[in-house]
Amino acid sequence: MSSKFDPRAMVNRTVSEMPPSGIRRFFDIAAEMKDCISLGVGEPDFVTPWHIRDKGIYSLEKGHTHYTSNSGLKELRIEISKYMERRFGLEYDPLTQSVVTVGGSEAIDLFLRATLERGDEVLVCEPSFVCYKPLVQLAGGVPIAIETKAENDFRLTADELKAAITPKTRVLVLPYPNNPTGAIMTRADLEEIADVLRGTNIMVLSDEIYAELTYGDERHVSIAELDDMYDRTVIVSGFSKSYAMTGWRLGYALGHPALIKAMTKVHQYAIMSAPTTAQYAAIEALRNGDRDIKIMRDDYNYRRQVIVDGFNAIGLECFEPKGAFYCFPCIKSSGMDSNTFCETLLHSKKLAVVPGNAFGESGEGFIRCSYAYSIKNINEALNRVEAFMREIRKK
Amino acid sequence: MSDTLKSKILDILHSDCRTTNEEIAKMTGAEPERVAELIKQMEDDGVIMGYGAKVNWDKASGADSVTAYIELRVTPMESLGFDRIAERIYQYPEVKSVNLMSGSYDFGITIEGANIREISSFISEHLATMNSVVGTATHFVLKRYKFDGVVCKLPDDDDREVISL
Repeated sequence: MSSKFDPRAMVNRTVSEMPPSGIRRFFDIAAEMKDCISLGVGEPDFVTPWHIRDKGIYSLEKGHTHYTSNSGLKELRIEISKYMERRFGLEYDPLTQSVVTVGGSEAIDLFLRATLERGDEVLVCEPSFVCYKPLVQLAGGVPIAIETKAENDFRLTADELKAAITPKTRVLVLPYPNNPTGAIMTRADLEEIADVLRGTNIMVLSDEIYAELTYGDERHVSIAELDDMYDRTVIVSGFSKSYAMTGWRLGYALGHPALIKAMTKVHQYAIMSAPTTAQYAAIEALRNGDRDIKIMRDDYNYRRQVIVDGFNAIGLECFEPKGAFYCFPCIKSSGMDSNTFCETLLHSKKLAVVPGNAFGESGEGFIRCSYAYSIKNINEALNRVEAFMREIRKK
Repeated sequence: MSDTLKSKILDILHSDCRTTNEEIAKMTGAEPERVAELIKQMEDDGVIMGYGAKVNWDKASGADSVTAYIELRVTPMESLGFDRIAERIYQYPEVKSVNLMSGSYDFGITIEGANIREISSFISEHLATMNSVVGTATHFVLKRYKFDGVVCKLPDDDDREVISL
């Protein structure tokens, strides 16, 4: 019996059941709206520093237009190792312990596909970046959300972790400094987590893409630095946030040779190698870009203090975010849920911010506001929020 | 530059001198009174010499403005050292900047005038005739691309998506 071919029936069930991001509709309205201003972007407003762009251009002039080795240019991997040692005191052998990927997201995907067996549980701290759950599912795993709490400044606590662990737990995803909350985990916070993990077979996927953007007196600490955590941790990082290189699509993963070898296998079949031009630019970033990081971080820090102060003054309580470039004010006092708040704000004040529940259920009652914008834009946005809240309170 | 509050204030004012003391205080996490005090102190010490907009004069005054860069060679005499010569030059309002240079000439001078004739006569009447001046070379600015750290162009549009996660 022949029936009409239906491409819609051909889509894999996991994919078709993935949340289509209901928020997409909201994005589209914002994108079409004239005079709309935004605090909704999750990438730096800076352009990649010129000396880094120049090295990318020069590599093209020299004719470096071929594939690189699957793992990435050796020169780049050596620079990544030097950088990790210099900034975090972590030693990784460039030849066996790193793989260069197409952004941090590919590294996350590689790790999950290279390690998960069907039915393995992966603990995902939420609110967090949206890719973890779908990628876990595609790899056959089962994502289990751990809802971090506002009263803990959205840090993961040992008790929350303990409560979520089952015999099937295989991986903990640790996304700090955090998108969307701006939360960080200090060395002391991580020690408590490490205490729970020691003696288990649970791995850590530590997404440290925002590691260079922390604003206290102390630098970012990786869980891999703690006793007995190095072998079980794969660090995912990249160039997008620290060097304003989002469009170059370049990241990397670092970890035990056995895990990196497995990830590289998947990478070689799916991707072959990360973009060559971007790899040459990244070598320059690591060699001569420490100063750029500082200049951008200082600027983010100015804006951070203005925006946090602004939200608190408006009465939308906002804990001090010490990492990334987001603040996460609580909007419960408006009497609205996150989606309604954001849609109403967009329509009445032409200001786009992201509802907190886009990053997990525990983000309900919050909004994510990026401060990767000029002070002028931030002040204008704060004025619009203030006017919006004044109108709500009158009603 | 070091990370002192003073250097932060200077950075902020240099990029936008209209930033208020209250805003600077928010940005740096300092008390507004402390910010005001340090600004006053830097004004008194001559660290902050004034506050002005960064004007693209090519655009503001159109074709009616000419800028020249002049290399000046001098023989300093006992009574007329480099500082004295510089003082005599910078008194003229047409002179926008004066620098003592290393290399093949002694002073680098920027001059602005309404037209080429005005600048030529300034050089021939005032500069070339000064005692101790042994030679000048004049270069007219054809187009200004960047000035005091600012590129002479319209602000870039934000080409990022309106929202990205």
